[in-house]
Amino acid sequence: MKTLHDHYDVLVAGGGQAGLIAAIVAAEKGAKVCLLEGAPRTYRGGNTRHTRNLRPLHIGPLSVLSGTYDEAEYWEDLLRVTKGKTNEKLARMTLRKSAEAVSWLEQRGVQFQPPLGGTLHLGRTNAFFMGGGKQLLNALYRHAEKLGIEVHYDAMVTAIEIENGTFKRLHVGDHVISANAFVAAAGGFEANVEWLKEAWGDIAENFLIRGTPYNRGGLLRLLLDHGAQQIGEPNQCHAVAIDGRAPKFDGGICTRVDCVSLGVVVNENAERFYDEGEDFWPKRYAIWGRLVADQPNQVAHVIIDQKSKGGFMPPVFPATTANSIDELARKIGLDADILQKTIADFNAAVQPGAFDHTTLDGLCTNGLAVNKTNWARPIDQPPYSAYSLRPGITFTYLGVEVTEKAAMKMADGSLSPNIFAAGEIMAGNVLGQGYLAGIGMTIGNVFGRIAGSEAADYALNR
Amino acid sequence: MRSTDKTTEAARVMSICNACRYCEGHCAVFQAMELRLEFNADTVDYLANLCHNCGACYHNCQYAPPHEFALNVPAAMAELRQENYGVYAWPGFMGKLFVNNGLWVSLLSIIVITLFAITTAQLTGNDFFSAHANAFYGVIPHNVLAGLFGAVGLFVLLALTLSCIKFWRAMQLPNPLRLNYRQVGQGIKNALTLKYLDGGNGQGCSYPDETPSMARRWFHQFTFWGFMLCFAATSTGTILHYGFDLPAPYGFVSLPKLFGILGGLGLIIGPLGLLALKIKADPTPKGKTNKGMDVSFLVLLMLSAATGLGLMLLRDTSLVGITLCIHLGVVLTLFLSMPYGKFVHGFYRLIALVVFAVETQDHKAIVGTPKTDTQTKIKAA
Ligand SMILES: Cc1cc2nc3c(=O)[nH]c(=O)nc-3n(C[C@H](O)[C@H](O)[C@H](O)COP(=O)(O)OP(=O)(O)OC[C@H]3O[C@@H](n4cnc5c(N)ncnc54)[C@H](O)[C@@H]3O)c2cc1C
Ligand code: SF4
Ligand code: SF4
Repeated sequence: MKTLHDHYDVLVAGGGQAGLIAAIVAAEKGAKVCLLEGAPRTYRGGNTRHTRNLRPLHIGPLSVLSGTYDEAEYWEDLLRVTKGKTNEKLARMTLRKSAEAVSWLEQRGVQFQPPLGGTLHLGRTNAFFMGGGKQLLNALYRHAEKLGIEVHYDAMVTAIEIENGTFKRLHVGDHVISANAFVAAAGGFEANVEWLKEAWGDIAENFLIRGTPYNRGGLLRLLLDHGAQQIGEPNQCHAVAIDGRAPKFDGGICTRVDCVSLGVVVNENAERFYDEGEDFWPKRYAIWGRLVADQPNQVAHVIIDQKSKGGFMPPVFPATTANSIDELARKIGLDADILQKTIADFNAAVQPGAFDHTTLDGLCTNGLAVNKTNWARPIDQPPYSAYSLRPGITFTYLGVEVTEKAAMKMADGSLSPNIFAAGEIMAGNVLGQGYLAGIGMTIGNVFGRIAGSEAADYALNR
Repeated sequence: MRSTDKTTEAARVMSICNACRYCEGHCAVFQAMELRLEFNADTVDYLANLCHNCGACYHNCQYAPPHEFALNVPAAMAELRQENYGVYAWPGFMGKLFVNNGLWVSLLSIIVITLFAITTAQLTGNDFFSAHANAFYGVIPHNVLAGLFGAVGLFVLLALTLSCIKFWRAMQLPNPLRLNYRQVGQGIKNALTLKYLDGGNGQGCSYPDETPSMARRWFHQFTFWGFMLCFAATSTGTILHYGFDLPAPYGFVSLPKLFGILGGLGLIIGPLGLLALKIKADPTPKGKTNKGMDVSFLVLLMLSAATGLGLMLLRDTSLVGITLCIHLGVVLTLFLSMPYGKFVHGFYRLIALVVFAVETQDHKAIVGTPKTDTQTKIKAA
C-alpha cells in the first residue's frame, strides 16, 4: 500500500459506518482525510455490511418512521436490555443525537425503505436501509470519494505510536503515516477466536462469527497496550443461536433459526434445558447464544412437527426431516431412546388451551423439570423437522472508554487530546450488556459524527 | 415439473433471499418471494419474469461473490429468463433460437436485406436507382408489401399468442373473463410505468452501476412509446388506406406521419440510450448466456426507425430503392425475430406483473402452488 501523502489532518482506521461517517464529517469540515480499511474492497464495511436498520429517536412521524419514539421510551428500552450497565450521560446523549441520523444519512445519498407492512417491518422504532447496510456503505463510500477522501483497502493498521497519550503515527505493514488527529473505528474483536478463548475458554472454538472475519481487534489491542482505558468485559457480546451449518464467518442475518418458540430444543444428550416459550422470539433471540454455548459441544437441536411448518421465517438451510422421532434422532445423531422419552414426556405434560403465536397464550407444560410456559403444543404430527444450533457471535462489547466528545480516555485518568473512537470499538460505553435491535448502528452513527468533527477541529486548530 | 441448472440455481438464490429479505423494498421479486416457502420451476419462472435486471439487489447484497454463498440474483434470473423464453416459445422447437439469438438475428437480417435488394433489383431492373412518381410503391407495389408483411404479421401474432397462452397457463391465471380487472389494472399500470425500475422509493435503480439512476427507466420509456407510436403510425396508415381509400404518401400533418416521426425519434433515442448504458454497465449482474439477445433487439428497433426516417427523407430521390430494401429488410427481420427474441419479455413481464397484483392484493401465492379444486376440475372436464 502507498498513500498519496505521509501526513494527514485526520487519519481514520476502519471502513464501516462509524469510520466512514467520521471521515466524511472531517472532510466536510475541510480536513485532509485518509481512511484505512483493513478488508479488501469487496469486503469493505465490516459488520455494517450485514446490518438492516438503525434506531433513531423521533417526536412525531419522521421520514420513514411512524409515530413517536421519545427519549423516555428509548431510555427505558435501553435500561431494560442493559440492566443498568450503561453510562447514562453518554447513553442519553446518544439517544438525543440519534434524532438527526436518518436525515444526515439521507442527505449523503443513503436510501431508506418506505414502510411496506412486510413481515419484518418495525416502522416505528427502526429505520430500515433500502437493500441493507451494503447500500448504506455504497452510498457513503461514493460520497467520501466525491469529497476527496483518500480511501485505502487491504490497509490493516498493524502498529501505532502514541506519546503521552498523543497520537503520532501508525503503521500499515511497513508503511508509516502520521496525522494530527486519529479516529479509531476498527470494530470489535469478535473474529479473533484466540481472544474469545481468553474470555470463554476452549468452547469459543465452536462459536460461529456472524459478521466480518476482519474485525480481529488488532487496533483495540494496540490502543489498550498503549494505555487506553478499557471498558466492558471480554465475554460480553451479542450472541444468538444460529444454524449450526452456517459459515464460520460472515453468515450474516440469514442463518438465524426462527422456530425455537414453536418447538422444543434439546442438547446433544437429547434433553431439554430451557423454557422455549419464555417470551416472544425477538426478545429471547439474544439469550439463546449463551444458552447453547453452555451445552455440551456447544450444540443444540430445535425440533418441530408438521403443525409448525410455515409459521416462522423460512430458514436458509433445509431441515432434517423424518417420519418418526426415532428416525429423526438417528439422522441428527442423538440417542433415539432418550429423545423419544424427552418428546413423550413433553407431550404428556402439555396442558389444554388455545394456541396463539401472536400473544403469550399461556399454553404450557406442567410438571417437567424445565417447563415450556407458552405455545406448548405436543410434537406429534409427522413429518418432524430438526435444525441444529450453534452460538453465533454478533459483536463484542469490550472496548476503549470515551468522553461525550468521543475523546479516548487513558487508564491513568488523562484524556488523549487527539485520539477519538467511534462505533463497535467503544459501543461498550453505552451497551454494557444485552442488545437493542438497531442500537449498534445508532452508536456508530452518533459517535462517528462526533469523532469526525472533534478530530477535524483539533487537526485544523479550531 | 422442469428441473434444470437454472431453475435449481434460482431456487437456491431465492431460498437465501427468503431468509434474509433485506431487499424486500427494491422490487416485486422479493415481495412475491415472501409469499412462498419453496420454489419450483413455475415459481422461479414467474419470479424471473418479474425481475427487471436493475442490479440493485446485486450491488446491495451482503452475500454477493466472493462470499461463499456467491449470490447474484439478477444473473440467476436473467439466465433463467433466457431458458424459460425458450420453454414457453411456440412452436416448441423454435425455442432453441433463444440460445444464440444475436448470431441468428444478425445472419437473418443480412439474408433478408440481400434478398429484398436482389428481388427488387430484378423486378425494377434499370429503375432500381431512380426516383419514382409514387415513391416507394413505385419500387414495390403496395399489394406485394401488404401481402408479405400481412402473412409474416399473422404468423408472428399466432406464435406470440400461443406462447403467451402457455405462459399464462403456467402462471395459473384463470380464463381472462374471470379475472378481477381492478387487479389486472394495477398490473398493467406497474408494467407501463416501469414501477420496478424505480429502485423501490423513486430514486431509480442501480443501473448502469450501483449509483441509483433513472436513466434506464427513461430510455426504456422512449423505446416503448416510440415502438407504440410507430405501431400506431402503421395502423392508422392501414386504416386510411383500406377504410378511406387514402393511400400513402401522406403529408406531414397526417396521423401516420406525426406518429411515425415522433415514434421514430423515440425508437432512436431510446435504444441508443439503452445500448450506451449497457456498454457502460457492470456485466456481472447480467448473467452469462444472453448472447446478444438484448443488443440485437435494440439494434433492430433503432435501425427500423432510422431507416424509416431515412426513407421518408429520401423517398423522392434515386436512393429510394436501396433505402426501401434496407428498411424493409430490417423491419422484416424484426418481425420474424419477435417471437424468438427479446421482444417477448414485454408480454411475459406484463403477465407476471398481473399475477403479482393479484397475489399481493389477495395476500396469497398462486403460481407454483397446487391447483385449487375448481381449477383442476376445469382442466379435467
Ligand atoms: C449479522 C449482523 C447483523 C447486524 N444487524 C444490525 C442491525 O440491523 N442494526 C444495528 O444497529 N446493528 C446491527 N449489527 C451490529 C452492527 O453491525 C455494528 O454495531 C456496526 O456495524 C458497527 O460499526 P463499526 O463501523 O463500528 O464497525 P464495522 O462496520 O465492523 O467496521 C469495522 C471496520 O474496521 C476494519 N478493521 C478492523 N481492524 C482493522 C485494522 N486493524 N485496521 C484497519 N481497519 C480495520 C474492518 O475491516 C471493518 O471494515 C449487526 C451485526 C451483525 C454481525
Ligand atoms: S439479494 Fe442478498 S441482500 Fe438482498 S435479499 Fe437476497 S440475500 Fe439478502
Ligand atoms: S435486479 Fe432489480 S428487478 Fe431484479 S430482482 Fe434485483 S432488485 Fe429486483
